[in-house]
Amino acid sequence: MTFIIAVLTTIALINGAATAAPAEPAAQCDVPEWLMPADADFTHVSNEIKDRHRLDISVVGSGSSALSGPDGARFAYPAQLEQSLKERVPGLEIKVTAHVQSRQTTADMASGLQKILTEDQPALVIWQAGTVDALRGVEPEDFRTSLDQGIDTVTAAHADVIMMNMQHSPRTESMLGVSAYADVMRWVAEQHGVVLFDRLAIMRYWSDEGVFDLYAATKDYAMARRVHECIGRALASLIINAGHLDAGKIQTTH
Amino acid sequence: MVHIPMAMPSPPQATTSERDLRLDLFRGVALWLIFLDHIPENIVNWFTIRNYGFSDATEIFIFISGYTAAFVYGRTMRERGFILSSARILRRAWQIYVAHIFLFTIFMAEIAYVAATFDNPLYAEEMKILDFLKQPDITISQALLLKFKPVNMDVLPLYIVLLLMFPPMLFLLLRAPNVALAGSAVVYALTWKLDWNLPAYPNGVWFFNPFAWQLLFVFGAWCALGGSHRLAGFLRSRIVLAAAIAYLVFAFAITLTWHFEALDRFVPTWLAEWMYPIDKTNLDVLRFAHFLALAVVTVRFIPRHWSGLKSAILQPAIRCGQHSLEIFCLGVFLAFAGQFIIAESSGGPLLQTAISALGIIVMIATANLISWYKGIEGRSLQSRVKSPDADLAGGEA
Repeated sequence: MTFIIAVLTTIALINGAATAAPAEPAAQCDVPEWLMPADADFTHVSNEIKDRHRLDISVVGSGSSALSGPDGARFAYPAQLEQSLKERVPGLEIKVTAHVQSRQTTADMASGLQKILTEDQPALVIWQAGTVDALRGVEPEDFRTSLDQGIDTVTAAHADVIMMNMQHSPRTESMLGVSAYADVMRWVAEQHGVVLFDRLAIMRYWSDEGVFDLYAATKDYAMARRVHECIGRALASLIINAGHLDAGKIQTTH
Repeated sequence: MVHIPMAMPSPPQATTSERDLRLDLFRGVALWLIFLDHIPENIVNWFTIRNYGFSDATEIFIFISGYTAAFVYGRTMRERGFILSSARILRRAWQIYVAHIFLFTIFMAEIAYVAATFDNPLYAEEMKILDFLKQPDITISQALLLKFKPVNMDVLPLYIVLLLMFPPMLFLLLRAPNVALAGSAVVYALTWKLDWNLPAYPNGVWFFNPFAWQLLFVFGAWCALGGSHRLAGFLRSRIVLAAAIAYLVFAFAITLTWHFEALDRFVPTWLAEWMYPIDKTNLDVLRFAHFLALAVVTVRFIPRHWSGLKSAILQPAIRCGQHSLEIFCLGVFLAFAGQFIIAESSGGPLLQTAISALGIIVMIATANLISWYKGIEGRSLQSRVKSPDADLAGGEA
């Protein structure tokens, strides 16, 4: 047994050395096309831009849609999304409102959606779900029902939906089983014909490609902020493509 | 030990006394696959069957466990009566319970380590899973009650419950096998209808619903007690084979669409709506059918007395299958350890492959070691009690 441990440790060290020091420039966190939803078409988004020359987005989510620490909200992906959209689609009035509360389950969020829709009047709702349900061991069937209800509520209010699943968290993977919930989200997205932003697969891709070392233990906010920045940008790309926010077109309408 | 002899009519086609090596082979392979699947970050996972169809190694494991349980305890019940065989089944359930608690202890050690060393603001939410360490009194007692089950530690509790309900089921299987199987199917159907399951902690239900999965276990037992003979004509039919192959191809095509999002558009909406979700908790009919199709094809192309079963290449898998409880537990432990090493070193595909291979080598070596021990014990026991086969088989149902 000692021999085996020794061998494993050696391999781990060699392998670790080979993959150590991954470069983490935020600029290189591109998401390959196959991880982005194909054929997405946000009609409410394009209509709002056409009719009102503005875009209101509500983000509904739990703890993994926020960052703690000084100025956390400014660095979390909702704010990063807003900034990225403003940079890439100048001339368009853009407002991203985050309704993020840690520990809220999907059922909690589903019942709060109507109020948010009335207040924000968004053309697009980004709904991040799944982590708290996995933490609490909510029954996947109940989870599914909550998602169904929530999506129906948003669709009835004439808004597009992006569902976002969990983060890829390799260090807690053996304790926190998220795959059953991720499957439910995929099926619900398919059934309702809404877009699923597969954060789980995208972050796994970044981890595999060495873009981010998601195993790293650190108290530093730098990496967390970069991950959120990258997610914000990927969301912006998705919205620009699916909402036909072609920058040139929008500027000419002004 | 009180021995109450019971007039037990032999079923028309009693089990043959010779052990079917195919069972050991496939159970061994299933144990390797379960080990590989339990390392979440593992490139070798791409080779496991869950990526190529609806069912996975769990179905194989539970079916074969049911088959061997009936094979071993069925004979005991026929020869030595209900009480003695029940006592042996319950002893087995106890052994599995102890093994499960042992694995839980290792798991707790891993969690406690992660809690003490890992911190990252990105995962503030996910780290809340460690909150249960703040209430060890509740957590540990819930684990002892089999209500709190960490990820990937669901199979043994299922096995325990299946064995606890097995004595009366076996009693019925020996007298009226078809009635027993029909009863099992009724329980399965009612489970779907009435949402039966056992409660879990902190909330929710068992990941493997015993009321649903018992169908596979009982079906395995039914096959062992003459069912496979009754099915022989059915299994020889070309139409059945063609249907099985067609279904396997269909399932493969569907699983491809899970891995390549671009292919998703080729799945018609009506099919997706009818098919999804494919529920593992309640052993979805599609999963059960996929396992049956796999079994039909396997039985067709690998006959019972296939010479390859004696070849040296397959012996490692067969050995692992013959000591399934020990190797299963070892596999869960190795998966924890492997995952831990991968996480500690931010390991890439090379390390994942090395750990997967080493894990399987350790499983094989351990299985051989256990065989060697049992060989020694068997010889020394033989002079006193004559039950060498019961040791091998009875311990491994």
